Amino acid sequence: MITTDICIIGAGPVGLFAVFEAGLLKMRCHLVDALSQVGGQLSEIYPQKPIYDIPGFPSIQAQQLIDNLMEQIAPFKPGFTLSERVDSVNKLEGGGFVVQTHDDTIIQCKVIVIAGGLGCFEPRKPVIIGLEAFEGKGISYFVKNPEIFRNRRVVLSGGGDSALDWAIFLAPITSELTLVHRGETFRGAPDSADKVVEMAHNGQIRLLLESQITEVAGNGHLQSLTISTKNNGVINLEADHLIPLFGLTPKLGPIADWGLALNKSAIEVNVDDYSTSTPGIFAIGDINSYTGKLKLILSGFHEAALMAQSAFKYVYPEQKLSFKYTTVNGVNAF
Amino acid sequence: MIQLTVIDRQGQTNELQLVEDEDVNLMETLKNHDYEMRATCGGLALCADCHCLILKGQEQLAEPQDDELMTLESRPDAQNNSRLACQLRVNQGLQGILLQLTNYSN
Repeated sequence: MITTDICIIGAGPVGLFAVFEAGLLKMRCHLVDALSQVGGQLSEIYPQKPIYDIPGFPSIQAQQLIDNLMEQIAPFKPGFTLSERVDSVNKLEGGGFVVQTHDDTIIQCKVIVIAGGLGCFEPRKPVIIGLEAFEGKGISYFVKNPEIFRNRRVVLSGGGDSALDWAIFLAPITSELTLVHRGETFRGAPDSADKVVEMAHNGQIRLLLESQITEVAGNGHLQSLTISTKNNGVINLEADHLIPLFGLTPKLGPIADWGLALNKSAIEVNVDDYSTSTPGIFAIGDINSYTGKLKLILSGFHEAALMAQSAFKYVYPEQKLSFKYTTVNGVNAF
Repeated sequence: MIQLTVIDRQGQTNELQLVEDEDVNLMETLKNHDYEMRATCGGLALCADCHCLILKGQEQLAEPQDDELMTLESRPDAQNNSRLACQLRVNQGLQGILLQLTNYSN
């Protein structure tokens, strides 16, 4: 079990900056994020794009902002649990909370800060009859351990970079690799697309273009797929694994079940300190909702600062908070 | 004035009258007209939250660029008439079109 002062759910820019504001007040933080890297949508969706409205930076690349934030919070030695989605939040008698992830990591904390942006990033699922029945039984949306596909019949579905890259990587280790793509050409990186076409030409990849998987079947485990093709009509393909690769999309997910007051898909907060309807739980950044809310990173930074002032009373109930400037006191590392 | 028809994410059909403005995109305009629009990427043609199907008038629209086509690849439910509203300018190309917003889940 991990013990900390503040558990921050969401490691996007606002969650990261909350570590800094908490650290100035001597509160330790642990961050949890469903993605495998920190940075939220900045790192996941537009890492190379410039951002123009961060005070003091006329222009900064999204990933650079995340890298800078990581450097800024390093003195406060935050903990990280990545690739795990928080499933439950439970109040402890006598104060504090227990946070549990889908992978059973348990974090005990005095305060929870939800900085979940638009929610958890989850894989986009194609509409295929029988899909959900075989999730974890031959159907997966990520390649965590390529070795499980060794000498197996694997079908990839999708036409983006990730489908191309995994096709190139997995073809040599699988017994049979099929790539099913709706389009007639690939729009991913030209080098990868050329390589896939060349491997298909050499018989290393079976390429089904202008095709769509419509149904999956099996007996406890995936065994076959029905594919609608342009040239050969409907075909049946035997396979051990199917990996649909259509990127990630944010979903509010379990946050909706934590008993917090919501407004559409956002958490209602008190603008005095961005506290939620549950004492000890705060919500900052794009996930919260209040009159006049602007979904801007800079608004989230401001919310993090006010949140930390209020969170202090839960972490140090016996102490009186006195506001200090970093220009006077510097940043005192843990 | 541009007149178009929009089928929202709940299936409701509405007529919309817009003032021509090359500086704004259709995603932002729909959001300003209270259409449900998450817009994860804010209009960079990266998230496909504003994916829509052009049911009438597709041929009037400017051709999609590579960025838009690449992102549409990530939508398993994309069709030949799929577009991203954030890549469409509010201009005469939209005159008389029939557009359907799709659900986020796919």
